Amino acid sequence: MNYWPLLGVATVVLGFLLRLNAMIVVIASGVVSGLAAGLSIPDLLALLGESFVSNRSPLLIILTLPVIGLLEYAGLREHAQAWIARLRGLTLARLLIAYLGLRQLLSMIGLQHVCGHPQTVRPLLAPMAEGAAERQHPALSDSAREEVKALAAATDNVGLFFGEDVFVAIGAVLLIQGFYARSGIALEPISIALWAIPTALAAFAIHALRILAVQRRLARSEGSITPADGAHVDR
Amino acid sequence: MLTVSHVYYLAALLLAAAAWLNLRERHYGNALFWGILAAVFAGGDAVLSAHQAGNRWPAQCVGVGMLVLALLAGTGRLRRVEAATGELAERRASANRLGHRLFGPALLIAVITGALALGGKWLKIGDIALLSAQNSTLVALAIACSIALIAALRVTRAPVSRALSEHRRLLDTMGWAAVLPMLLAALGAVFLSTGVGDAIAAVTTAVIPVDSRVACVLAYAVGMLVFTMIMGNAFAAFPVMTGGIALPLLIGSHGADAAALGALGMLSGYCGTLLTPMAANFNMVPSALLELKNPYGVILAQWPTALALFAANIAFMLLFAFR
Repeated sequence: MNYWPLLGVATVVLGFLLRLNAMIVVIASGVVSGLAAGLSIPDLLALLGESFVSNRSPLLIILTLPVIGLLEYAGLREHAQAWIARLRGLTLARLLIAYLGLRQLLSMIGLQHVCGHPQTVRPLLAPMAEGAAERQHPALSDSAREEVKALAAATDNVGLFFGEDVFVAIGAVLLIQGFYARSGIALEPISIALWAIPTALAAFAIHALRILAVQRRLARSEGSITPADGAHVDR
Repeated sequence: MLTVSHVYYLAALLLAAAAWLNLRERHYGNALFWGILAAVFAGGDAVLSAHQAGNRWPAQCVGVGMLVLALLAGTGRLRRVEAATGELAERRASANRLGHRLFGPALLIAVITGALALGGKWLKIGDIALLSAQNSTLVALAIACSIALIAALRVTRAPVSRALSEHRRLLDTMGWAAVLPMLLAALGAVFLSTGVGDAIAAVTTAVIPVDSRVACVLAYAVGMLVFTMIMGNAFAAFPVMTGGIALPLLIGSHGADAAALGALGMLSGYCGTLLTPMAANFNMVPSALLELKNPYGVILAQWPTALALFAANIAFMLLFAFR
């Protein structure tokens, strides 16, 4: 076996450790790995180009940008923030945990594209989370604001990943079923999807606890007017 | 019938508009960047059919275009437009005036996508389906965005040119991070055809004690996690790790339940997706979209969840795969 193409993996790891531009790292890794395997430059270019074109679909999220941009121009983010700030009972933790549960349930019934970073996180969830955190801690620091926005994006990811595998017709389940079928093991997709339920429940519990922990930490470091659920204001 | 090809042409138009607006303002780097992508989207189907017919120069041109994209991004030729979407006070006033009506178009995207994804197959004129069954959610998303755009233009009473310039502002904000997922998919194809996966599986099986059930479970789960982090995608890791470790060792020698092991193995990979910059559309694109100062901010926010869940997943494997 030829182990030299592993140099491409090393290129990726090294490039990200050195914090080089990701586009350069990825292209360099492809070239290193291809040359190490003995591909010629024209073969390598054709391989790169063909797979780049075959995988166009991730960029289709740009279709949402004219709508979201126009609404932002008209004050969508400001409105989302102000509206949440008026809702007294809605804490940062309650907002994010409710979104986490909703995202998981929607993904479980096959509606993965209903939410997402451009559709819901940037225009709605992140400003709402900021609004809720701001009401709890009026003097919210910039670093805390960053953390709240990043946590909103993380919550969307966790909800999507650990909901969708429960849905029978999703790529992951069909991939598992197809792989086993080619290896001579016949399985019903539903028997695979059911085994994703324990992890889905664990994901909800673990991430919800972490959201509560972040809220508690913000209450300590940022000061608050309305003590958050179970906050310890010692120190 | 509407197919995903039409959706790609629509995306090509939007990319070309962003390139044109940048060209007018003499942001040549951005104009070239989005222009190349507009060409890739407009000519994509032609490139693929030429490639299948054995004509390789169109795909090679795309390959050269990718090098140009990477050089533009890597040498800092891409500019962000400073957040000048009207003054903050104007936006607040407009938010007060329009209120909850602003949520309408944003929610329309979600509702219409969901409705068409679930019920689109019943939309027919005679025997001709209106939506293609392949990639139906992408077609649904495109229709939903088009209807939502009309709604947004009516709610905000803004001209179409405003929608395009705001689109261009957001696209420039995301910058190269928007294209990284496509580039990583191409890298995955290179890794596959150069045998990187087989080499990793061979190294892994050479170092684990195959008689121990726990050691094999750990090797499979950690292998899925690490290989997913390297490839940025659990789907790429699954056949390699399951073929290399799970099938021969866990299912073959130790009698594990294939359904439970496969599902939990894939989910172990998903924990790795939460940890890696290679999963750009989940971890790097949102950092750019939310304009975080730290590009790794989203990963920092989710690594504790990922590791705790990974530990839970290993426990589930030991429990459920060996009943």
